[in-house]
Amino acid sequence: MTIFLSLLGIYILLVIATAIIYFLVKKYPQNDYIELVQRIKSWWVMVTIFSTALLLNKGVSILFFAFISFMALKEYFSIIVIRKSDRHILFLSYLVIAVQYYLALIAEFELFLTFIPIFVFLALHLRLTLMGETQKFHYAGSSISWGLILFVFFLSHMGYLLLLPPLEGSEVGGVGLVLYLVFLTQFNDVSQYVWGKIFGKYKIVPKVSKNKTWEGFLGGALTTTLLALLLSSFLTPFSYGVAIFSGLLIALSGFFGDVTISALKRDLNIKDTGTLLPGHGGILDRVDSLIYTAPLFFHFVYRIYY
Amino acid sequence: MSNLYRILFYGVFIKFIVKVILGLNIKNLENFPKEGPAVIIANHNSHLDTMIIMSLVPFKQLLNTHPVASMEYFMQNRIFSWFSINVVGIIPIQRLIKKSKEHPFKRIYEALSNDEIVIYFPEGSRGEPEELSKLKSGISRISQEYPSIPIVPIAINGAGKVLPKGKILLVPLTCQVLVGSSIYWEGEREMFMKRLEMTLTTLIEEGDFIQWE
Repeated sequence: MTIFLSLLGIYILLVIATAIIYFLVKKYPQNDYIELVQRIKSWWVMVTIFSTALLLNKGVSILFFAFISFMALKEYFSIIVIRKSDRHILFLSYLVIAVQYYLALIAEFELFLTFIPIFVFLALHLRLTLMGETQKFHYAGSSISWGLILFVFFLSHMGYLLLLPPLEGSEVGGVGLVLYLVFLTQFNDVSQYVWGKIFGKYKIVPKVSKNKTWEGFLGGALTTTLLALLLSSFLTPFSYGVAIFSGLLIALSGFFGDVTISALKRDLNIKDTGTLLPGHGGILDRVDSLIYTAPLFFHFVYRIYY
Repeated sequence: MSNLYRILFYGVFIKFIVKVILGLNIKNLENFPKEGPAVIIANHNSHLDTMIIMSLVPFKQLLNTHPVASMEYFMQNRIFSWFSINVVGIIPIQRLIKKSKEHPFKRIYEALSNDEIVIYFPEGSRGEPEELSKLKSGISRISQEYPSIPIVPIAINGAGKVLPKGKILLVPLTCQVLVGSSIYWEGEREMFMKRLEMTLTTLIEEGDFIQWE
C-alpha cells in the first residue's frame, strides 16, 4: 500500500513539474523550452514503465533491471571503439547479464558478488589471450570489463536489493528500498540541475562538466537529504540517522556517477550517449548516477540490516 | 495469407529486433517517403540493412514496400524462395543477365507503376563491413525510366558490425540511419551516378560513426 501511495506521490510531482513547464512555455514564448518539454515527456514514460515493472511481480522487476543493464551495455559498446575480432566477446558479455540477474534472483549472494569481478574478468582476459590478437589487447580487455562492471555488476545491485525480505516489524522490503534508492537518485539529479540553473556559479570539475556547480551540488544534496528523511518512514525501516546518512550518500555518490559518465563522454568526444530518451540523451545519461548509488546504498543497507 | 505473414514479420518481429534489440539512432526521418512511388537506395553491408529500412516504413505502406534482391541468392531453393517472396516480399532480379525474354528490371518497373516503394542497393551485393563499394549503374536506368520518381538516399552505419557478411552471430549494437533528401534524374548517366555516390558518401560520413578497429 505504501508503495502504491509513493508512486502516486511521484505522479503528483510529475503533474506539478509538467504544470510548471507548461506555465513557463506560455509565459516566456521567446525562450526555447523544447529540451525541457521533451525531458518531462520522457519522465512520464520512464516513471510509467518503472512503476509497472515494480508493481507486477518480482520476476518482472528483475527482468526489467536486466533489460536496463542490457540497454546500458549495448549503448556503451556502441559508442566505444571495438575490435572486429571481439564481436563474439561482446555477445558473451550480453549473456553475462542473464547469469548475473539470475544469481540475484536465486539469492546466491557470494556468487552474485564474485561472478563478474573475478570469474568473468579472468575468463574474458583468458579468452583474449588465447585468441592471440595482441594488438590493442589491453585496451579491449579494459574497456569490455569496464562496461561489465559498471553496467552489469553495479546496476544489478538494484536487482538484489529488490529481493531483500522485509525486516521484522516492517511491511515493506526490497521493493520499498529500490523505490527509495531510484527515486532519490533521480530526484537528486533533477534537484542538483535546478539548483545549479538558478544559483550555479562556482564549477566543481570544469574540465569534465561545465554545468556542475557547488551551489547545485549543495542545494541538491540538502533537498535530497530532506526528502530521504521524509520518505524513510514510508519506504524503509530506517531510523532518522540512517535516513540522513542515506540521503547524503545518494546525493554525493549520485554526483560521482554523473561526472564519471560525463568524463567518458568527454573522452569519446560525444554530447549524449544515445537518442533513446528524448531530452535526456541515451540510457547512460539517465542511469549514470545509479552506477554509483546502487552498489553503495545496497552495501550500506545490507551491512546494517541483513 | 502472404499479407498477414509480411505484417507479422515486419510489423512485429523485425520491429522488435531492430528497435529493441539493436536500437536505432535516426537522423532526418522526415525525408523518408510517406507513400509510393519512390526508390530508396542505401549502402549495403548486412542482411540487416533491408530490415532496418523496413522498420522505418509507415505501417500503412508496409505491404506496399518491396526490397529488390538477387534471384540467385534469395531463391536458391524452394523453402528459401517461398520465404523471400511471401514473407520478406522481395522483388527478385537476376544479377547475371542471361538471354532471358524478360527485361531484368521489368518487375521493378511494374512495382513503381503501381505506386510501390522499392528498396534498392546500388552496390549490388553486400560489401566489406562499413565500406562503400562502387555503385552499379542499374539505378540510373530506373531513374531514367521514371524521372519524376524520387530516389531517397539512406546511409546505414553499424549494421556491418552487428551482422557482417558471412557471419550468423548477431551482436546487438545501436545502428545509425541517416535519411537524405530526394534525388531526381538529371539527364546524364555518368553525372547522375557520380552524384549518387557523392550523396551516399557524404551521408555516411555525416554520421560521424565510430568505426571498428
